[in-house]
Amino acid sequence: MISAGRLRDLLHRAAGSDVWYSFRSSRVTEVAACVVAFVFIASFLAPWLAPHTPFDPATISLTDGLKPPVLFSADADWTFPLGTDEQGRDVLSSIMYGTRLSLVVGLCATIFAMFVGIAAGLIAGYAGGATDALIMRIADVQLTFPAILTALLIDGIVRGLISVQRHDEIALFVIIGATGLSFWVQYARTVRGSVLVERNKEYVQAARVIGLPRILIMVRHVLPNVMGPVLVIATINLGLAIITEATLSFLGVGLPPTSPSLGTLIRLGNEVLMSGDWWITIFPGITLAALVLSVNLLGDWLRDALNPKLR
Amino acid sequence: MSTGSNRPPLLEVRNLRVEFPTRRGTLVAVDDVSFDIAPGEVLGVVGESGAGKSLTGAAIIGLLEPPGRIGGGEVRLEGERIDNLPYERLRRIRGARIGAIFQDPLTSLNPLYSVGQQLVETIQTHLPLSASRARERALELLREVGIPAAEARIDHYPHQFSGGMRQRVVIALALCANPRLIIADEPTTALDVSIQAQIIALLKRLGREHGTAVMLVTHDMGVIAETADRVAVMYAGRLAEIGPVRDVVKDAKHPYTHGLMGSIPSIGERHERLLQIDGAMPRLTEIPSGCAFNPRCPQAGERCLRERPDLMSAGSTRAACWLYDRGGVGAKLRRETVDA
Amino acid sequence: MIAFILRRLLQSIAVMLAVGLVAFFVFQYVGDPINGMVGQDTSMEERNELREKLGLNDPAPIQFARFMLNAAQGKFGLSYRVSQSVGGLILEKLPATLELALCAALFALCVGVPMGVYTGLYPRHWTSRWLQAVSLIGISLPTFLIGIMLILLFSVILGWLPSFGRGDTVSLGWWTSGFFTWSGLKALILPSITLGLFQLTLIMRLVRSEMLEVMRTDYIKFARARGLSDRAINFGHALKNTMVPVITITGLQLGSIIAFAIITETVFAWPGMGQLFVQSVQFADVPVMAAYLILVGFFFVVINLIVDMLYYAVDPRLRASGSPRAAGGH
Repeated sequence: MISAGRLRDLLHRAAGSDVWYSFRSSRVTEVAACVVAFVFIASFLAPWLAPHTPFDPATISLTDGLKPPVLFSADADWTFPLGTDEQGRDVLSSIMYGTRLSLVVGLCATIFAMFVGIAAGLIAGYAGGATDALIMRIADVQLTFPAILTALLIDGIVRGLISVQRHDEIALFVIIGATGLSFWVQYARTVRGSVLVERNKEYVQAARVIGLPRILIMVRHVLPNVMGPVLVIATINLGLAIITEATLSFLGVGLPPTSPSLGTLIRLGNEVLMSGDWWITIFPGITLAALVLSVNLLGDWLRDALNPKLR
Repeated sequence: MSTGSNRPPLLEVRNLRVEFPTRRGTLVAVDDVSFDIAPGEVLGVVGESGAGKSLTGAAIIGLLEPPGRIGGGEVRLEGERIDNLPYERLRRIRGARIGAIFQDPLTSLNPLYSVGQQLVETIQTHLPLSASRARERALELLREVGIPAAEARIDHYPHQFSGGMRQRVVIALALCANPRLIIADEPTTALDVSIQAQIIALLKRLGREHGTAVMLVTHDMGVIAETADRVAVMYAGRLAEIGPVRDVVKDAKHPYTHGLMGSIPSIGERHERLLQIDGAMPRLTEIPSGCAFNPRCPQAGERCLRERPDLMSAGSTRAACWLYDRGGVGAKLRRETVDA
Repeated sequence: MIAFILRRLLQSIAVMLAVGLVAFFVFQYVGDPINGMVGQDTSMEERNELREKLGLNDPAPIQFARFMLNAAQGKFGLSYRVSQSVGGLILEKLPATLELALCAALFALCVGVPMGVYTGLYPRHWTSRWLQAVSLIGISLPTFLIGIMLILLFSVILGWLPSFGRGDTVSLGWWTSGFFTWSGLKALILPSITLGLFQLTLIMRLVRSEMLEVMRTDYIKFARARGLSDRAINFGHALKNTMVPVITITGLQLGSIIAFAIITETVFAWPGMGQLFVQSVQFADVPVMAAYLILVGFFFVVINLIVDMLYYAVDPRLRASGSPRAAGGH
């Protein structure tokens, strides 16, 4: 759909553009981007990079349990640079695998929310009438509640509907679904707004006269116009999605300890926090904080850079 | 720099320069502009959007929004310099000695306060009056600007007034402390044509009655012709021509002004086509060297490309054009010549 | 004015009905109401009898109506997890959450608004830039992480403040309060800060951006042109205009504090409704989930209503649109 020449032009424009300029001129943003890139790479390559496999029961032993991190203990053991938890699992490796899951859930949930939201917005905007009113009422009611509540509710419903074992098996999908469904509303509203604007434009009416099916019109013409704001929302939502999943896991209704995300790790570590074994919960915590902060900084910068009013 | 009157000038602007530092370099939006305003006179400042007229007004009253700043020149009010005053001193001059009114009367008034409250607040800022005396004065002002049933309407909120009435309220607010000069930035542009005439008439009358000078900034030449005593024409941040309004309108000397006048349709004369000036005013980043108008000027000569002309005497007006160098008359700018 | 109130009331009722519908669906179809009432070895026959008796075979709209009526009286049946009436459970835990929410809200408002005003008025000052940076961290950190770090610092390392529970509470009728004992107050500190921090940063950023917007308006420019003092402009004009949209959003945000309490209560083992809700999700304790939903919905709706009233009282433009007569003023 997009020719190589056009792509080259876009890249040229991007490289010479204000967006790139403002990126290079902001130290903080560059650091944030580096952090995000680093975390991405380290976590996705976890199976190859991680020094241990903490979730393979065969490789852990209780005798390694509760070792403090390297710089804080008398006998510096570099095999477990960030220490171990009470079952002997290496904290560093756990973090790498956990970050991977956190990122996967965060990204998938955001993309899921985008799909649902864009679809709902397109339908509501184009169909109008009762469909529009219905979708928007649902959106309004959902908006009165914070995302975490919606996600919890969906998770609870699923738990009520299927047995506990099955739930653990498909926990990943449930979490992605629950998190994603708590964020679709913003996309829907934005897209609907754009559809309402474009719908009355002449080229759309011309297309309808020719007899093009409505879906085609919406996807080919309206969607490209909307992608800008949608992407901005997505960057904000990515951070929120990661936090929401982490919160769900921390509360014990997210990813299970057998395949933990950062949130689960923090919860597990919290249980021994009072006895002074701080590293099990603090290191995943720092990772989570750094990740979300960097994602948010990038999102902030992207928003400012794409906003013509601020330039 | 005579103003055509014998009294010392109320306002003197000398070599004013307004610039905007950007990451691409410094943009000069007002470049070496000088003029005087005599007490009680109406000076029209006319030009296209972006020519720098509003910025000139903002610079005079000290309301330039950062990163804009005054990069050179001086502004004197009744002989004393005001452009380099500390914030607090300048604030006391604002409203008391120089007033300003802006284009959109709806957004110029705070929607959450009644008109009376805003008037009384301004009055009490500058005059040592008690609340009740201030309210009396507010009522007087409202009556003066022609608000009917002032007693009742003084407690109304801005959204309860129509556009023309609101602008009258704005004028009343500007007059609270009887300033010597009012800078009116496009005061009629946001109003209906019929209301425009009323507001212009009001400004004229108030100016005459109180002896207030007005710097009337607008792009509407018709308003200037009706109201002003003298007119200054700005182009790309520079003064193109300045002189008594009758002379500039009837017999413009600068080719740009000539083009401006020619592009206004008038009932009395018969021509086949309205004059059109090809091209557009250059952006601040692309001002040509020499005379800023040279790419569009039908009379442009070699010198115009290299040297920027200062304002020079051209009969009863002054124009920044090499055609009038050393008293030369240059080509007679007749409608027919340029039209062909 | 009356028309306005009536309209808003009708809207509120509509929202409550919608929330009730969701809660009803959850209650009726996700869980099985019979489960909460009988043991495992009750026969199918007996269950069916019970179903008839309880009217569980009636058409759905009738059951919905009955459900809403019961909800209005606070009757939600028995919890699946503990054989206690849901209504009773909630009543027991409500004071803890409400007190916590109140403290968090006060904290967020009393610190957030002034900070927002300050950074809005002086955005280029180094303190403002610094506060902006810190606020970005504030909205990036998940609430539970803040709680854990506060516990680590103030409980584990410094040992100044307790890390769980409410401390000693005083009973006043059915209400239990932690305000009247030292240990109760000390126990409130860390959870309130944790709960309020997110709202605080949101409020601060909101007030700041509104202030910046307002300072760019024409009426502020005109006020300056009239020579009004900085104090008059900043506090008389700018602040008042900023507050109008801020009230709305802040009010709504504060409503969500009650929902966010879920996380804080879990971190600090605070015996409130939030903790109850989490436990109910973990055990698929449907009656409690439904009841919580309705209660929270109710709180939101009431808060929305109050915020709208406030808005109406503050912005004269809304008042005038209700009465088209121009003469007379106020």
